[in-house]
Amino acid sequence: MTSVRVLVGTRKGAFVLSSDGRRTCWDVAGPIFPGWEIYHVTGSPANPDRLYASQTSSWFGQVVQRSDDGGRSWEPVGNDFTYVGEPGTHQWYDGTPHPWEFARVWHLAPSATDPDTVLAGVEDAALFVTRDGGLTWDELAGLRGHGSGPSWQPGAGGMCLHSVLVDPRDARRMLVAISAAGVFRTEDAGETWEPANQGLRSGEIPGPEAEVGHCVHHLAAHPSRPDTIFMQKHWDVMRSDDAGGSWTEVSGDLPTDFGFVVDVHAHEPDTVFVVPITSDSHHFPPDGRLRVYRSRTGGGEWEPLDRGLPQSHCYVNVLRDAMAVDSLDSCGVYFGTTGGQVYASADSGDSWDAIVRDLPAVLSVEVQTLA
Amino acid sequence: MSPAPHPGAPGSPAARPAVRVVLPAHLRVLARTEGELSLEVRGEVTQASVVDELERLHPQLRGTIRDPATSRRRPFVRFFACGEDLSHESPDAPLPPAVASGAEPLLVVGAMAGG
Repeated sequence: MTSVRVLVGTRKGAFVLSSDGRRTCWDVAGPIFPGWEIYHVTGSPANPDRLYASQTSSWFGQVVQRSDDGGRSWEPVGNDFTYVGEPGTHQWYDGTPHPWEFARVWHLAPSATDPDTVLAGVEDAALFVTRDGGLTWDELAGLRGHGSGPSWQPGAGGMCLHSVLVDPRDARRMLVAISAAGVFRTEDAGETWEPANQGLRSGEIPGPEAEVGHCVHHLAAHPSRPDTIFMQKHWDVMRSDDAGGSWTEVSGDLPTDFGFVVDVHAHEPDTVFVVPITSDSHHFPPDGRLRVYRSRTGGGEWEPLDRGLPQSHCYVNVLRDAMAVDSLDSCGVYFGTTGGQVYASADSGDSWDAIVRDLPAVLSVEVQTLA
Repeated sequence: MSPAPHPGAPGSPAARPAVRVVLPAHLRVLARTEGELSLEVRGEVTQASVVDELERLHPQLRGTIRDPATSRRRPFVRFFACGEDLSHESPDAPLPPAVASGAEPLLVVGAMAGG
C-alpha cells in the first residue's frame, strides 16, 4: 500500500510525519535532534530508507546525520566542509571584503541514482558533493571560483546556496541559486559555471544588466520539463523556458509578488504553487490570511486556495524550503510555517488540513511517496 | 568510525591520572555518553591535547568544539576549570595541575547567548 513520509526540519529539531495514501491520519515522530536547528531533511530517490539531515547550531557548528532505516535511527557522518584553496572574500553588507566562512548546510540534494552521492548547498555560498554517503565532502570549487564571487553579497538570512536543480536527463547539467547572488548553471558537473540571471529585475538593486546580485529565494522544476524553471524571487515570480538562459515575470495577478516558496504539481508541469507574503519587510501573509496561490497556466493567472487555512489574524511566514509535493495520483501538497503548523492538501491544494499545529518554526518540508 | 587503540592503557604502571571532562548536554547526546568523560591524555595536558583525545575517542565531536578549518575554539564554546574561565588561554598552554591530575574536571560549556 502506498504511503507518504513528510520530513520536517525546524528551529528545534526534526520531525517525521507518516500516513497511508489517504493522508487523513498522521503519525508524528520527533523531535529528532532536539534543540538543534535542522535546516533540511531529505531522502534518497534511489533508496527511500536513506535519509540525510543537516543539523546545525550557532554553538556547535555543523553535523550531518544519516539514516538507513527511514528515520528510525541516525548516525552522524562527515562535517568537514573545507573550501578548496584560499577561500578569498565576498562582499559584506557594508560593501567591504569579507572572508568566505562556512556556516551551515542549507540544502541537501541526493542523487537520483546513487544513495551515497549527495550535493550540499552551504553558507557561505558553495556547492559540495559527497560520494561516500556523507563521510567526506568535496567542494565543486568552480562555482565559487567563477570570477564574480568577490562581488557576491549575503541576503538577510546569510549568503546561502539554497536551491539545487539537477537535470534528470543529464546529471552534469545543474542550476543552483544563491541569496543574494542569483542563479548559476553548469553543464559539466560543476567544473565551470555561468550566471543565469538575464531578465531578473529587482528595482534598482542591482542594475538591470547586472550578471549577479539578485536575491533569488527558491527554484522549482517539473522532472518531465527540466528546462522550465520557476523562481520565487525577493520580488517577482519568474519563469524560464531555456534552463535559466532568460527569465520572464509571471507574477500576474498575485496579491503580492514577494514570497519564499515555489513548487510544481507532481503530474501537471504547468501547475505551480506559491505563498504570497507581504512586502520584503513584513514577512507575513497579506491581510492576515494564509493563502496558497495556484496557477494552472504556468504562471500569470493565479487562484487563491484558502479552504482549511486560517483566514484571520494569521501572521506566519513560509520559508524557502518549506513546501513539497507528493506523487500520489491525487497530488498532495505540503507546507510548513514559522508558527509551527504543517499543512497538507490531498487534492492539489483545493483544501487543507493541519497535520500538526505547534512545532517549532518550520525551516524545511520534504515528502517521500513510498510504494 | 571506531577509535584506534590507545598505546597507554589505563591501569598500566605508566598510566597517568585520567583527565575528567564535562561536556554540554547537546554534545553528550551527539557522543552518546552520559556524565563525565575520563580521558588518558598523552603529553602535556592542554586544551588542544584534551580536545584531540576527545575527538579521537568520539569522532562525531570533530568540528563541534573547534572550527575544523581554523582549529580555533568556536565562539560560543567556553572552557572553565577550577572556577576560572580559561577560554582565552592559548590552546597549547598547560591546563591547571588540578585538571591534569584529575582532581578537577575541565568544563566545556555552551556560552549563554541568544534570547
